[in-house]
Amino acid sequence: MTSATLDRSASRTYPAYSRPLWRRALFTREFAVIALLIAVLFYSNANVPNFDSPLTMYYLFLDIAPILLIALPMTMIIITGEIDLSVASVVGLSSVLVGVLHQDAGMSIPVAGAVAILVGAVCGAFNGFLVAYVGLPSLAVTIGTLALYRGIAVGLLGTKAVTDFPEKWTDLAKERITEGSSYPMILVPFLVLAIVFVALLHFSPFGRGVYEIGLNDEAAHFSGVDVERTKFWLFVMAGAVSAFAGIYYTLRFGSARGDNATGLELQVIAAVLLGGVSIFGGRGALHGVLAGAVLIGVISSAMRLESYTVNVINIVIGTLLVLSVMSTSLLAWVQGQLARRRVSHSSETGQRRQAAAATDSTNER
Amino acid sequence: MSDTLLVEPSAVSPTQRVVGGLLRSREIAVGAVLVLVVVLTTIKNPNFLFSSDGWRDLLLSPSLLLLLAVGQTVVIITRNVDLSVGSILGLTAYFTGKLFVDHPGLPIWVVFLAGTAMGALLGLVNGALVAFGKVPALVITLGTLYIYRGIFLSWAGSDRINAGDMPSDFLALGTKTILTIPVLTIIGFVVLAAVGYYLYTARGGRELYAIGSDPDAAVLYGLPTRTRVLSAFVLCGALAGLAGVVYAARYGTVSSGAGYGMELQAVGAAVIGGVAIFGGSGTVWGAAIGAFLLVTINRALPVVGISDFWQRAVVGALIIAAIVLDRVFSAREERRLVAARDEMRKS
Repeated sequence: MTSATLDRSASRTYPAYSRPLWRRALFTREFAVIALLIAVLFYSNANVPNFDSPLTMYYLFLDIAPILLIALPMTMIIITGEIDLSVASVVGLSSVLVGVLHQDAGMSIPVAGAVAILVGAVCGAFNGFLVAYVGLPSLAVTIGTLALYRGIAVGLLGTKAVTDFPEKWTDLAKERITEGSSYPMILVPFLVLAIVFVALLHFSPFGRGVYEIGLNDEAAHFSGVDVERTKFWLFVMAGAVSAFAGIYYTLRFGSARGDNATGLELQVIAAVLLGGVSIFGGRGALHGVLAGAVLIGVISSAMRLESYTVNVINIVIGTLLVLSVMSTSLLAWVQGQLARRRVSHSSETGQRRQAAAATDSTNER
Repeated sequence: MSDTLLVEPSAVSPTQRVVGGLLRSREIAVGAVLVLVVVLTTIKNPNFLFSSDGWRDLLLSPSLLLLLAVGQTVVIITRNVDLSVGSILGLTAYFTGKLFVDHPGLPIWVVFLAGTAMGALLGLVNGALVAFGKVPALVITLGTLYIYRGIFLSWAGSDRINAGDMPSDFLALGTKTILTIPVLTIIGFVVLAAVGYYLYTARGGRELYAIGSDPDAAVLYGLPTRTRVLSAFVLCGALAGLAGVVYAARYGTVSSGAGYGMELQAVGAAVIGGVAIFGGSGTVWGAAIGAFLLVTINRALPVVGISDFWQRAVVGALIIAAIVLDRVFSAREERRLVAARDEMRKS
């Protein structure tokens, strides 16, 4: 009896760590997305006319900057197993606030922006309070606040638009990092935020807590993670970052409208899920998510250059999203089939032996 | 000891119990709010209810959302969600118009059938992916939301269906009434009654609740989880398809915006009506009243002098209030049960 237990513990292996480091790093969902991104980039550079012009990358990053920004906190929220559908409405609300505060209250853009970010954080805190402390399902809460925040935005401004912004600021949103470079200025704050979020998620106790909550929030609670506080702050971050994206959105297009960025939440979630984050929580990484967001941007701009309409692009992105989440269970199914075949090949004799053992045991009884 | 029950059977008479249950039910509460909204608005402007147009619109406007909310409820009860209903509605509405353009002589009931079948087919795709792919419905239907809308828009192009493209008999359905009740609303009510009866009494309906309350337990118990979830999605798709045909009849034009954002309204109506987003509880009656409440509030706001730009904010506040109230009541119920258990342990 004791020898049997000893045997088992001696031969125990840890599958995740039995492979060398490079294989563990490379054969992941995240690297599959990155590889796909590189493949699409190479293909487009070679085959799509004008894709290699500097303007392409410039407009690509201008367009996907809000998605990239909001994807950072959204990744962490989805890793905890929650979801925030209200981010696009916060973008709209902050856009309207910047417009109204600038035009009617005469505030300068930085002050109006700071107020908007503050309001965004408050919006996020309201979500976070209801989800973390009251314990309501985040899907239902944020469907409600999606309508609520968008409603406040539309209510404040109606169908009017504020388009009167100082050129200094609207130019800043469209400026390039250095003269003639193909990367817009918005990437600088994005990179700063990205470094902060990578450090927070992957290299801090807070981030480990985020993963633990996603795997099992009760176990996380008992191992000393403050589940409520973690979730609360994640929603606050999502609100604040969305509000920042809203300011950028306003200045980039030079117009503050209530219906700005409608439907952006679904694009952000699509990018996050495409990047390999599990909707059940507990797994995912930021490099995959960023690759997913850029991948969506590259595919749309390449297809646009090939003069496909936005509708065809949406079909492709939707299919990609479905395929990417199906791939996990498809792979598992294929592996299962292969394993079963291998077993049935090698165990012709084994089965007979098992059958014999079964009759033996019945005889003994 | 073994024959003591966790909760003693109620000592009140059956009639009192039924009446008490009714008074405490979610459907009655939401219905009361609905009546209150209608009464207050009518006091402000009697035309809201008492003019023939007002009465008709009161019943007619929610009929679309009613169909979507009923389908959505069936899916939510199984602990799934279908975000693609708005896109299905748009796609089938265009399909309906296209049928009339290409085959002018087609009888109307064939078009209704074709639209519903089209919706069912789209729902089948959702259901098959969810049931066999072992992937959460939220993600799958988010994907198909894009795909279906993309198909709709690239099929339609810059083309749109105008009232002139559809036979006048069909368009007349949008305004026709029987005993002052619009035909399209009657369609909605018939669907509501059929689905509600099925969910309440039929084995299949009860199994949907069982799957939603605990999917693992349902599998262990031997319920055909996959087929049930699949058929819930097919039903939801079919009702969204029917809603598409109703949309074409009601509005007479189908443009690219048809059904845009309706999915969240449908989920919202179900949530307001007391359908738990995590499955296993709620009724289609509640969802239907929720749909009526949502649409009626939207129509009432301009009458009472609130700019209709604020209506989305009101809808959002309503959804939040509904789930917070749910939480408060369920917490109270839980405390009561815990107290009852402690009482029993002491004795």
